[in-house]
Amino acid sequence: MSTTTLPHAFSKANLARTIATGYLPLVLATFVVVAPLLWMVLSSLKGPGEIVTTQLSVLPRNTTLENYAQAATTVPFVRFFINSVVVTVIGSSIKCALAILTAYALVFVRFPFKRAIFLAILVALMVPPQVSVLPNYIFIAGLDGLNTYWGIILPGLGTAFGTFLLRQHFLSLPPSILEASEIDGAGHLRRLFQIVVPISGPSIATVALVTIVGEWNDYIWPLIVTDKPEMMTLPVGLTLLANSDSTAQAWGVLMAGAVIVIVPILLIFAALQRFIVDGLTQGSVTG
Amino acid sequence: MAVLEAVAADTANPVAADVRLPVPGRKTFSPRARQEALVFLTLALPNLLLIALFTYRPLLSNIYYSTLDWTLGSVDATVVGWGNYVEFFHSGDAGSVLGTTAVFTVATVGGAMVLGLLVAVALNQQIPGRTLARSAVFAPYVLSGVGVGMVWLFIFDPVYGVLSWVLRGVGLASPQWINDPALALVMVILVFVWKNLGYCAIVYLAGLQSLPHDVMEAATLDGAGPLRRFYFVVLPLLSPTTFFLLITSTLSSLQAFDIIKIMTPTGNGTGTLIFEAYLQAFGAYNRAGYSAAISVVLFVLLLIMTGLQLRFVERKVHYA
Repeated sequence: MSTTTLPHAFSKANLARTIATGYLPLVLATFVVVAPLLWMVLSSLKGPGEIVTTQLSVLPRNTTLENYAQAATTVPFVRFFINSVVVTVIGSSIKCALAILTAYALVFVRFPFKRAIFLAILVALMVPPQVSVLPNYIFIAGLDGLNTYWGIILPGLGTAFGTFLLRQHFLSLPPSILEASEIDGAGHLRRLFQIVVPISGPSIATVALVTIVGEWNDYIWPLIVTDKPEMMTLPVGLTLLANSDSTAQAWGVLMAGAVIVIVPILLIFAALQRFIVDGLTQGSVTG
Repeated sequence: MAVLEAVAADTANPVAADVRLPVPGRKTFSPRARQEALVFLTLALPNLLLIALFTYRPLLSNIYYSTLDWTLGSVDATVVGWGNYVEFFHSGDAGSVLGTTAVFTVATVGGAMVLGLLVAVALNQQIPGRTLARSAVFAPYVLSGVGVGMVWLFIFDPVYGVLSWVLRGVGLASPQWINDPALALVMVILVFVWKNLGYCAIVYLAGLQSLPHDVMEAATLDGAGPLRRFYFVVLPLLSPTTFFLLITSTLSSLQAFDIIKIMTPTGNGTGTLIFEAYLQAFGAYNRAGYSAAISVVLFVLLLIMTGLQLRFVERKVHYA
């Protein structure tokens, strides 16, 4: 950290300035972000009497999992969790596979109109799914897809984002590697799975993680396509929990529900954030 | 729209498109080229068909539905032509919905970008702990809007919320965040900014770290202080980043749904275009045609932003 050209941040001359311009804003920003999440976790562990009170204490006096138990009895929360896992795993696996295949085709297979097709994918990237929910609802309802896994998963499977990101990455691979294997007579499938996929690990991980986060958090489509509790995903189920008991005593239960929705992604983010940040900020500065 | 339809047609029906395209130098594809085309279609067609079916088709369907007086779930629909649009723009809905959308978008984009830039400047210093702070600040961006909205709803609760407790501590009564339409809008804006400022901060940080060192050194040697350097050197050099963020943030604010829906389920003062389109079709009224008309208005707005962004992306692609 200490450099020869810059005076050290903790040198006598710089200490006050470092605290005022460096630490203060950082500590403040971190606090503003972390405090609500910490409050959520702490509140979820408090008994009802500690939430409906004017004698607020930060830490729970009697740590209890009562709120989690009540969330699971008021609505089928375990089922929501299973549904979310099923939708996320199946949805993001297929999306990643489609993204890899399409990006490979766009970069390494000869075909006319590749530019027009790529442009169509770029435009699709910017069409928000929210604009499409009514027509897709009518379409899926017509196929009896309401309250089914495939009805939740299918409309989101086409992936413009993953295709775009992997295409940009594949374009940056050294052509010499692939040319050598082409001369060796390797077909497209072998080139894809024995060369391109193995050397693209980080980019594929980025696409996979961003897709997983998106599927897990997806709200408007599962909200519209499910109305039976046993088919709802976690974010939709949390809405059901909020509607089923709107008294103030329910805050502890609702915070328990919020923990179940938020914490899995928070853990994935903590462990693999490099890939996620890379993917979500793509195209900004470094291109 | 013509461009979109043409592109959609090409995507959905590449074989027909092949026939139209004159191939210079030869009239038919060689067997090799034909085989390549077959491989291309096998690999790419499933994804392209899904995009055509669930992204492009709905755009056209919305335009059709928007000409109908149609209750969702009913088998009867009356063609009303421009009727839904006329109603939207003459009933006062347009004024309130577009007004709410504008306030929400300008406030969230401005708030997240200004705060994001400040956080980025703080993060762009050689001090220990900044990696941790960077992760923490970005985290809300990847979290469920529904979960986050629920947490903030508890914090804003006028009786049991921690905010009301803090306000009571300094002798103030908690405002009625949810019942007062103007305050409800302020509330969802604050939460949206909280969730998105980390994204702006990380993108600005990348921009700051890519600034050319020699320019900064030259400005320092010329005797420019930190504030002057920031305004006259750093900000202008960051303008591509600022433009990128302006477009992407505006797009994501126009698409904001989760936080608004969970915090204000009936749209009390928070009826933005996207939320109003949802409420009209899936709320109490089931007005599918009217909802589709609002979606089309939103889509036209997004198309304008997309046009700007496409030009930007193209430029990045060429210079990358």
